[in-house]
Amino acid sequence: MQRNGPIAIAFHCLVIAFVLAPLVVICLVAFTPANTLSLPTTSFSLRWFYAIFAHGDFLTSFNNSLWLATLSATLSVAIAVPAGIAITRYSFLGRDALNALFLSPLIIPHLVLGVAFLRLFVLIGATGSFAWLVVSHTIIVTPYVLRLVMAALSGVEVNIEQAAQTLGASRFTVFRRVLAPMILPGVAGGWLLAFINSFDELTMSIFVTSPQTVTLPVRMYMYATESIDPMMAAVSALMIALTAVAMLLLDRAFGLDKVLVGQR
Amino acid sequence: MSVTARSSPWLLAGPGTVLFTAFVILPLALTLVISFQHFEPNAATGSGFTFTNFVSILTDEYFLGIFWRTLKLSLLTTLACALIGVPEAYILSRMRDPWRSVFLLVIIGPLLVSVVVRAFGWSILLGSSGLVVQLGEMLGLGFGRLLYTETAIVIALVHVMLPFMVIPVWTALQRLDPSVEAASLTLGASALTTLRRVVLPQVSLGMLSGSLLVFGLSTSAFAIPGLLGGRRLKMVATLVYDQFLQELNWPLGAALAITLLVFNLAIMLAFNRFVEARARKVLG
Repeated sequence: MQRNGPIAIAFHCLVIAFVLAPLVVICLVAFTPANTLSLPTTSFSLRWFYAIFAHGDFLTSFNNSLWLATLSATLSVAIAVPAGIAITRYSFLGRDALNALFLSPLIIPHLVLGVAFLRLFVLIGATGSFAWLVVSHTIIVTPYVLRLVMAALSGVEVNIEQAAQTLGASRFTVFRRVLAPMILPGVAGGWLLAFINSFDELTMSIFVTSPQTVTLPVRMYMYATESIDPMMAAVSALMIALTAVAMLLLDRAFGLDKVLVGQR
Repeated sequence: MSVTARSSPWLLAGPGTVLFTAFVILPLALTLVISFQHFEPNAATGSGFTFTNFVSILTDEYFLGIFWRTLKLSLLTTLACALIGVPEAYILSRMRDPWRSVFLLVIIGPLLVSVVVRAFGWSILLGSSGLVVQLGEMLGLGFGRLLYTETAIVIALVHVMLPFMVIPVWTALQRLDPSVEAASLTLGASALTTLRRVVLPQVSLGMLSGSLLVFGLSTSAFAIPGLLGGRRLKMVATLVYDQFLQELNWPLGAALAITLLVFNLAIMLAFNRFVEARARKVLG
């Protein structure tokens, strides 16, 4: 195998520095004792982390986002698993159209979906409702789950299901005892990916959240446009830490490259 | 039996179909309707039927300027992502484990970190007392102001979009048989010729699909121009946001969003056609 030369290594180091720089700088600034966004030089302080808990708003939004991501990821699994089975196991008129419909939120910019949801929610009087926010998030995260579910389903041989059916298992039993255990890793990976995507979603949410249902990314965006103090850095550092933990879990369980690279 | 067999895919996909029809097709249709309506102050929606919104988007210099900036910055971002992402994916593919998986994780991991966090990180780095500006002064290069410039937007966009370029190129490289490269070198081709004539043609499809992804996501990017462009430097997404939630001119905002959607879909279709033609040529 070819080795990388010194120029390649130098280029690689620059790219890695570029990728990590904003994340590292946030984590450093979060520990500043000063009132401005400055790197701590002589002493470190946790004051901005305490400030988050005194501020309350961020905690409420974190709570909102946690519930929203959990509910929408679960709901999208409930939709994507049967839909995936229909699309991979049956041939019927309109199958391709259905597949395209379910994957369309990947192609339509979230901005356009946000505008469209706002229009619909105003029309049906659903603005500010948490339940409708869950529905809107379910729409945008379902494609991610569906892709992983369909990949998992196409990895299962149809013969195995037919064998179970021939041996007298009902359709539901085949699903419960044969298919479900085999696609479980794909489903779980899809759920996590959906959770993360919902938890991080900003562009669509900013149109459809109300002051009561503001999610964490929306709260952070609003805060960052209005005031610049290190509390934002502390919140961001916590987000980075949480993501890193989720990433390690995802990597240990499924292989992050499989979940993310297989995604596109 | 035959009746249930015919109806069962629809029973399985039914709930999703209803949900997606009600929450993707219906809202988009409603948005299309208001984009053709007159603006009514003090009312959430408009009335009547008019082309005014689209005419003003296509003729007003302010809107054209913003569309032009969006196009320009998205193209620059795509170009920069290709120039950084393709060599980086190639370097990664020539590494040995464990470095390879560690660095792949470092490159694609930030995908999972909220865009708001990453944009905020760049606003610290590029701010007037930020590291990048200080570094520039130390090296005697006066960058001047960086935050709230187009440069800042492109830098942060490249940071956010880079994984979308690396992933497809990486996938294409995984399919490349290393012995083909070795054969080319054995037959006397220089390293550069091998790269240009053997490796690049094989990864060009990955690069094209990566470019499409990066370009499409850049044209509708919201958080980056919102946080790094400030109030003055608008892109289409921030403009739509202003029209909807500040000016409350929903018909115009909807027309802008529809224009962006149509523009994106057109680019994607044209691109797909180009990529398919290219794939036929490459794969024979």
